[in-house]
Amino acid sequence: MSQRLRWLLGASALLASAIAVQAVWLKPRPDRTLPAVLYLQSPAMARRLALSMDSLAADLYWVRALQHFGATRLQSAGPRTFDNLYPFLDLATSLDPRFVVAYRFGAIFLSEAPPGGPGRPDLAVRLLEKGIAASPERWQYFQDIGFVHYWWTGDYAKAAAAFSKGAAIAGSPWWMKSLAAVTLTQGGDRQTSRLLWRALSQSAENEWLRRDAQRRLLQLDALDQIDQLHTVVATASAAGLTPPWSWAQLLQAGTLGTMPIDPTGVPYVIDMTSGRIDAGRHSPLWPLPTEPHGLAGSPKAPR
Amino acid sequence: MRLVCAVALNTFREAVRDRVFYNLLIFAVLLVSTSLVIGQLAAGQDVKIIKDLGLAASLLFGVGIAVFIGIQLVAREVERRSAHSTLAKPVSRAVFLLGKYLGLLLTLAVNITVMAVALFLVLAAYRALTPPGVQAAWAAPALDPRLLIALGLIYVELALVTAIALLFSTYSAALLAASFTTAIWVAGHFVADLRTLDQIGVTGGTAWVAWVVSWILPNLALLDVKADIVHGLPVPATQVVAAVAYGVVYSAAVLLTAMAIFQRRDLK
Repeated sequence: MSQRLRWLLGASALLASAIAVQAVWLKPRPDRTLPAVLYLQSPAMARRLALSMDSLAADLYWVRALQHFGATRLQSAGPRTFDNLYPFLDLATSLDPRFVVAYRFGAIFLSEAPPGGPGRPDLAVRLLEKGIAASPERWQYFQDIGFVHYWWTGDYAKAAAAFSKGAAIAGSPWWMKSLAAVTLTQGGDRQTSRLLWRALSQSAENEWLRRDAQRRLLQLDALDQIDQLHTVVATASAAGLTPPWSWAQLLQAGTLGTMPIDPTGVPYVIDMTSGRIDAGRHSPLWPLPTEPHGLAGSPKAPR
Repeated sequence: MRLVCAVALNTFREAVRDRVFYNLLIFAVLLVSTSLVIGQLAAGQDVKIIKDLGLAASLLFGVGIAVFIGIQLVAREVERRSAHSTLAKPVSRAVFLLGKYLGLLLTLAVNITVMAVALFLVLAAYRALTPPGVQAAWAAPALDPRLLIALGLIYVELALVTAIALLFSTYSAALLAASFTTAIWVAGHFVADLRTLDQIGVTGGTAWVAWVVSWILPNLALLDVKADIVHGLPVPATQVVAAVAYGVVYSAAVLLTAMAIFQRRDLK
């Protein structure tokens, strides 16, 4: 046997024993949720350290922001904190000030209300304003600021002002002016929300933004359906039905014809005590948005 | 000229023998593996990230070769005493140095060409697999020919770094030469900061020295158009020509300095 073969056999034996040790003795450690560490906090320092690879560094921070947002959303135990989301987005956009998607998606992530997001429309607006400072010709940032104010802060005057500023930019679509007018006069109407999301779904440059706008439209449909179902529950209550509420009870009483499902085909859930209806946890539409004051449809949930 | 070509070709052959082009394999694996996973991670930014990664990796791998091969160009020949036999022939020290420099530039040219082909192949595959509606949202087409401008300027930057490595290798030990070259490459990206030190409160002699040094150091930011190209922003032809001219003139100046030092070096 040649010396080389002996060495190779020895190496193979050692590797096999390492595999055996791993399989037999080393138990997998329990999963631990470690906080996302922000090694660099200063965008100016990050820009300098990246040398001429700032664009690639921005990509890395963007992917970290996505992972942080996604992982925190999927977290099942403990409080969902999105503490590092804005710093990641701030670093990504400082390293690459023309990173359009980081501003636009970032604003969506930041403004999403808990438990699906951090519920920080103020930071979303700050991020978009940073985008405007870097690229004042991008009317889409004004459109997004308008959305944040309309949908999350309920400040229709600010939303209309943002739409108006966007409409004044050369190259902006004609309907930006309409959005400004409609928001100012009919702010708070779910139909107007539909108009806004439809405009975004038709104009979005990015497939993800389009899909998100389409999901929002389905959520609005679900909110309409839930209002109708609340009316059904209220009628059943008036007819003498009492808690615990369940779909089986309403179906047996003939108040409902079929099992109610949301626009994605997932059954709604009903709270047995209060009778409040919501999208199922497994529905792609969950969590449904908390509507700003005045935005909810007319029929109210039973108390 | 014939002698310069002979030394250059010999340097190129040496680089091939030293398995310098193995880095291409790493580059290709990095690019392909990234492109396979990035679609799942980047929320529609895959083409941007592949371009960023391809350009940044071309620069980093190139700088690695320029520094670590560049510092050995003269030092190793002197150490092995093979420089003596070459210089004993009718080859002047200046021709020897120029040939070495051009040989490494040839190596870097082959390297960056193969990297560019790999990058375009990955981008072509992405384009073929992406629906036209999604492509319309890209800031610049996947197979943007202007990527060649960015790669060309990266090559000019590598030529400049090679000249600096060669300069240090003519009179200092390999480790020191590598450290000095890397330090100059890093400092070359801070030129703008050096010129604006007064804006952060630095005054007097320090600010003045920093200002002078900023004009002596190579301003490598001038050669960086990667972000503009990836975002599909216009890069004026005059800016590209001026940047190339700056790189060529600066490299020539460094090379002449290296020749002047090498002329006086005692090779015994």
